Amino acid sequence: MDVPRHWREQIKRYRLVGSKCKKCGKLSYPHRLVCPKCRSREYEEHQFIGRGKIISFTNINSPPKEHRYNLPYAVALVELMEGPVITAQITDARAEELEIGMEVEMVTRKIMEYNEDGIICYGYKFRPIVEYAHP
Amino acid sequence: MKPSKAVGIVGYGAYIPKYRIQTTEIARVWGNDPNLVPIREKSVPGSDEDSVTIAIEIARNALMRASIDPRDLRAVWVGSESKPYAVKPTSTIVAEAIAATPFVNAADWEFACKAGSETVQACIAYVGSGMAKYALGIGVDTAQGAPSDALEYTAAAGGAGYIIGSAKESLAVLEGSISYVTDTPDFWRRQHEHYPKHGNRFTGEPSYFRHVISSSKALMEELGTKPDDYTYAIFHQPNRKFPLEVSKILGFGKEKVLDGLVSPYIGNTYAGSALLGLAAVLDKAKEGDKIFCTSYGSGAGSDSFSFEVTDKLAERKVKAPSVKSYIERREEIDYARYARYRKKIRM
Repeated sequence: MDVPRHWREQIKRYRLVGSKCKKCGKLSYPHRLVCPKCRSREYEEHQFIGRGKIISFTNINSPPKEHRYNLPYAVALVELMEGPVITAQITDARAEELEIGMEVEMVTRKIMEYNEDGIICYGYKFRPIVEYAHP
Repeated sequence: MKPSKAVGIVGYGAYIPKYRIQTTEIARVWGNDPNLVPIREKSVPGSDEDSVTIAIEIARNALMRASIDPRDLRAVWVGSESKPYAVKPTSTIVAEAIAATPFVNAADWEFACKAGSETVQACIAYVGSGMAKYALGIGVDTAQGAPSDALEYTAAAGGAGYIIGSAKESLAVLEGSISYVTDTPDFWRRQHEHYPKHGNRFTGEPSYFRHVISSSKALMEELGTKPDDYTYAIFHQPNRKFPLEVSKILGFGKEKVLDGLVSPYIGNTYAGSALLGLAAVLDKAKEGDKIFCTSYGSGAGSDSFSFEVTDKLAERKVKAPSVKSYIERREEIDYARYARYRKKIRM
């Protein structure tokens, strides 16, 4: 159980906070210490809106043991509204309910837990957008 | 009770997990009469959901409606009896996830099904005293019901939360609140136990009805109001029967209660129950409507609130999913999947 490793990343994972290059404006998730476009080392935190669309996905059948509790689940490449493409678990929908191009929204869910007595790790997942039906 | 500074609700949020189990399916497994089930179906949290994740969804919805900077929140209080950790606050995770940290008071509240409404009352006092500009109180549960126990038919998951702020910014202004509490042993869960116990002799009349009725009557007396003055009323909803019966005793017509009665569709969300009913009513209410709300928590006590809706509700309620959106988003699961999601199978 690596508690400091999760603690170090937790805010970025809870909120979907990445980085923005101060020089060329390139957005990245996860945050990058060196801009992959212009190599600048100057960056600031960037809060992503948390919406995007699926550009590819697959069903996971043989996960690491910490994720077995959640089977079956899909992992997708999600293109965020702001541009970056990230890999994320899909929740509240099985792979057969997904389509390429489907709009999804970020939610904070349980990623894994270390047994009954360890820490619980929370982080971003994506799900099909909840419609705003009003009475 | 009313703070010296006028306050009200500036934003609210609700959340219900998408999975449902029919109560006739529970009756089928345990060999009980399917005609005697107390409600139709109940919500079940997904395998990656718990009170923390549900509270985060609620908080984000409340922030969308309030349209405030989360750093202006001076309290993030979460009331629940299903904390993922026995020791380590739920509220700090929620506050961190919504970017309200670090200058914020975060705490977990416990009073069975009344823990959520307590946080709202405390937020009212916190803002009403001038100590805080905004405060967020959430009631949430992934309620536990022992396999085959009567509570298994209704113990559900979900909740609602309220951001309290000044009256002039509010979508519903607080008119008053009161609490009524006694030591009544109707329901409890000891440390390290997975499921609660309930004292049959104390269920109903000496617990739910005594506290809900006493608290509701005391608030109306204090405010000089009567049931006819209210457009809507919400009472804690452990099932369908109790809130309808208590509203009849108090003199609220059935039509005032039905819009906030969500338990027949999703079950009893414990600390989220009355607050979720209030959210369903706000989804529907209009300017000038008066809303009466009384929670109930075993052990036992009730908090009552009286609100009047302002012109700000109409534009804010559409900024986040309604309770109806979540009720309609559903996927039915069987008892086997429910048992797995709720960790009823221990390996």
